[in-house]
Amino acid sequence: MSRQADVLTMPREKIEQVQLEGLRKTAVHCYEDIPFYHKSFDEAGFDPYSIKSLDDVRRAPFVTKQDLRDNYPYGLVGVDRKDVREVHMSSGTTGVATVAAYTEHDLKAWSECFERAFEFAGAGPEDVCQICYGYGLFTGGLGAHYGSLQSGATVIPISAGNTERQIRVLREMGSTVLECTPSYAMHIADTALAMGVDPAKEFHLKVGIHGAEAFSDNFRRELERKLNYKVLDIYGLTQTGGPGLAVECLEQNGLHIAEDHFLCEVIDPATGEVLPDGEWGELVVTTLDRQASPVVRYRTRDITRILPGECACGCTHRRIDRLQGRTDDMLIIRGVNVFPSQIENVMKTFDEVSSWYQIELTTKNYLDVATLKVEANPDFDIDSTGAIEELQRRIQAALKTALSVGIRVRLVEPMSIQRSEGKAKRIVDLRGENLK
Amino acid sequence: MIDQLTVFLENSEGRLAKLCRALADADINMKALTIADTTEYGVVRIICDDAERARDYLDQKGYRAMVTKVTAIEVPNRPGGLADLLGVLDDLDIPVEYGYCFSTAGDRAVDILKIRIASEASKAVFKLEESGFRVLTQKDL
Repeated sequence: MSRQADVLTMPREKIEQVQLEGLRKTAVHCYEDIPFYHKSFDEAGFDPYSIKSLDDVRRAPFVTKQDLRDNYPYGLVGVDRKDVREVHMSSGTTGVATVAAYTEHDLKAWSECFERAFEFAGAGPEDVCQICYGYGLFTGGLGAHYGSLQSGATVIPISAGNTERQIRVLREMGSTVLECTPSYAMHIADTALAMGVDPAKEFHLKVGIHGAEAFSDNFRRELERKLNYKVLDIYGLTQTGGPGLAVECLEQNGLHIAEDHFLCEVIDPATGEVLPDGEWGELVVTTLDRQASPVVRYRTRDITRILPGECACGCTHRRIDRLQGRTDDMLIIRGVNVFPSQIENVMKTFDEVSSWYQIELTTKNYLDVATLKVEANPDFDIDSTGAIEELQRRIQAALKTALSVGIRVRLVEPMSIQRSEGKAKRIVDLRGENLK
Repeated sequence: MIDQLTVFLENSEGRLAKLCRALADADINMKALTIADTTEYGVVRIICDDAERARDYLDQKGYRAMVTKVTAIEVPNRPGGLADLLGVLDDLDIPVEYGYCFSTAGDRAVDILKIRIASEASKAVFKLEESGFRVLTQKDL
């Protein structure tokens, strides 16, 4: 930590003071300048001028993605259009896009938040960073770009795609920082290996800043082994201004929230109640410093928890745990919460099966029955029914240990798990259909 | 040792018919077929001409198929033929993972045995030949 050391090691009381000021300012800004908030605060009986402590945020109503969509395109922008310097949009694959607008001030704050990844990694002007997030409306590309520039590093804005060229540049330009999604980093590593290039030896990487997708610890270890570098997670979402909301440090034990810019709560997604530190739930975010697109209590649908205690790195900003999936993905099997990422972690420990899987949920005698369908890898000995049964039993036992709920495991034929655009349909819930 | 084609199939309607159609399309002629089935899946074991080509074709069609080495032994087509054969293996304490027989026209039948460990399999072949059984090779089929 160097460039932003003062902010990152601020005493707790000071952070909370900054947060309280930011909360007051943001709540009033939303109420006075954005009709949607004026109405929703009034309806909820929430007076933004009455905020005395950080806990007062709990009296404010939640904002959902649907609210953002309903106000597309400029409905939730809190400044004059002429003060908006840049606009980003979520992909809108599941409906209307949501918009994030930035003033000059917002862009600067965004750069600083993202730059903290460099602070934590010990990277800066002496580094060369290769940004292969897609540039464009996706906040990942330009967010990484601004953050990297802010750090003083040399930026190669190569964007996503053309993997062979990425590999050439990684070898020849001496890139030390790789910024892309974790799955793309893996794709680069595997493509290099297939080309006969050993990335652990021929690349010059120090650190990877990989966000926009949840990834497991096993996946991280595999990346670190293949590319011989440190992998840091970065989190953010379009609706709160893009990546940089929280960034992992070299301890690799949770992501430090940029608490001078964001107030984070974790709630029970079912009741909306705020949960104590350490408990898993849905992350709710209030921006403290945004002008163009402020949000108060935005429900991210991302599952995490606030990590109690101080971090050994010295940063005083609290941490959230690695994302455990989304509330939309969470399964409740016989009353137990199960996230697909937990299943993935178990699957990764079995070389015999591919990473394609599908969970099928049915009901038998009023009880949930979960079946995990997996595909055997080509070199698995399917000629031995004993080996098939034994593999199924071992995966079943590992799942039981990891999830505390019984899941049947079934080996299925290759390609029998539905794929759409390269992604497997992970969950087939038939519980509603066969209740009779 | 001869080549056996093994295919992993889901135990659902029409899967076996589809597999056989695929093999027909590839112009593969089957000499024997047996299924080890559970309620959920089946392992289909096939003796055919050119198992390697069949495997490659099925691979390409999205099946999980492999070629396995199995021992094929000719036995007299009479009561006790197989019992005599297994007796030899039993005396040697060689475990057999699975087996099946097919009778071709005439006075000889062919038994297929899977002996998991390669060294045991060659020991078995040696002993069987010594006891007067004829162990078949690919070209005998």
